Amino acid sequence: MTVSAQPLAAPVAAPETTAPRAQSPTRFTIPRRARRTALTAVPLLALLLAWHLLTTYQVVLWLRFDKIPTPAAVFDAFRTQLGAASYYRDVVSSTRRILVGFGLATVSGVLIGMAVGRSAVVSALVRPLLEVFRPIPAIALVPLAILLFPTGEQGIVFITFFAAFFPVAVSTIHAMHALPRVWEEAAHTLGARRRDILFQIALPGALPGIFSGLSVAMGVAWICVISAEMISGQFGIGYFTWQSYGLLDYPGVIVGMLTIGLLGWFTAWLVELAGRRVNRWLPRAQR
Amino acid sequence: MSAGAAVRLAGLRIAYGESLAAEVDLDIAAGQIVVLLGPSGCGKSTVLRAMAGLLPPIGGTVSVDGAAAAQHCSMVFQEDALLPWRTARRNIEFALKLRGVARRDRRGEAQDLLNLVGLTDFGDHLPGALSGGMRQRVQLARTLAARPRVLLMDEPFGALDAQTRADMQRLLISVWQQRRTTVLFVTHDVDEALLLADRIVLLTPRPARIQRVIEIDSPRAPGARFEPEFARLRYEILAALGEPNEKERQP
Repeated sequence: MTVSAQPLAAPVAAPETTAPRAQSPTRFTIPRRARRTALTAVPLLALLLAWHLLTTYQVVLWLRFDKIPTPAAVFDAFRTQLGAASYYRDVVSSTRRILVGFGLATVSGVLIGMAVGRSAVVSALVRPLLEVFRPIPAIALVPLAILLFPTGEQGIVFITFFAAFFPVAVSTIHAMHALPRVWEEAAHTLGARRRDILFQIALPGALPGIFSGLSVAMGVAWICVISAEMISGQFGIGYFTWQSYGLLDYPGVIVGMLTIGLLGWFTAWLVELAGRRVNRWLPRAQR
Repeated sequence: MSAGAAVRLAGLRIAYGESLAAEVDLDIAAGQIVVLLGPSGCGKSTVLRAMAGLLPPIGGTVSVDGAAAAQHCSMVFQEDALLPWRTARRNIEFALKLRGVARRDRRGEAQDLLNLVGLTDFGDHLPGALSGGMRQRVQLARTLAARPRVLLMDEPFGALDAQTRADMQRLLISVWQQRRTTVLFVTHDVDEALLLADRIVLLTPRPARIQRVIEIDSPRAPGARFEPEFARLRYEILAALGEPNEKERQP
């Protein structure tokens, strides 16, 4: 078989390729962009290939791939969905829930985290509340959210907010405690008031820590928005995925999953991009 | 411009918990450079921190021209106290803003200060892109931007190499000659004290009390360090500090 022939051929070929490289080191260098694209594409293509082989040959080896749709079927389903208005409505409503919930969590998490991190009184008042609610998985709030909020939409946004809030608040508190004292002491001797120190020193100095909380929060927010949609939604990509399963439309399930993956990847990239812009001053190693 | 003020430390006592860290009575004339010199860890910095309002004293007062001190004293720290996300210029502008300088005037004034400390072309660099000596220059400029009547310097050149340290000492003298603020300078380096001071205040080991005050006859005279008087004072101070020093034993 050709597969077994390759490893045998490799050692023979090796001396031939290294010899010219020594003479002209630039000859074999691959452009950086192409290299990075290749590094991104190889694992994805490998996954695709494995999926294709497992499903086309309907492999059953303890794990059963016989009912899993093939990549081709999923691709067709994807194309159908891309032509349907309902698909875009689902994507938009999930994204909107994420943005609203995550946005509220960012603002309130940073403000409350700053207050707790900077003031002993606020810390004593608020810390117990945080610690009580923090261990509750946001998904466990679904019944409460249904009872509490007039519309399902608000309930889902609330669950997303609840999930994203804690990583933001906790990372902000830790970032506040990690600030070098000398920054604020210097500002103090220059005549800074509490307000100046809070917004000109504590907040910008804590941003690297806050952003690591934000990327965690974005991931958690997606998990919770999708789960909440599966349970109580009427639109949204989580609802779409669950509904496809109910209709035995297995390619549709995979389309939903892939859509979630892509949207999650995109929003994580947005957070990272914003973080890189804001924290440009950090030494490279800490970025 | 921001002429110095007379400073009076009256029975100033500072403690950490139960243990007394410093107890100082001292009068400083306006526009003088006074160096607090003492063994490491004796509580020299504690005195400055109390003057800057960073540490509440347990007794006594600090007054600047008869008024309460903290708002007239600004401090240059040994550590890197610059805000690393602001460029050199924006660090200085931050101090100008805190002083209430109008936005349109800040840029010009910041540039003047950058020129003063010899960093004319480095305004747009982030602190991370500057050397240790340059960062201390920016810190000096930023502190001057607050127009303090008393400049507190807490071993500001302690982390620099010998060459840079000598440059910074010359720079400080030239800045002081233009601004004439009162300077309180903390160090444990005897040579540095002798090069800069009008008066050297020798402190005892913890708790820091004044052991001796040495008036320098012709302060900051060029070439003074090669005079026999310099060597004599140096020897005297080292003996008073009780630091068994290599150079001290040799003569």
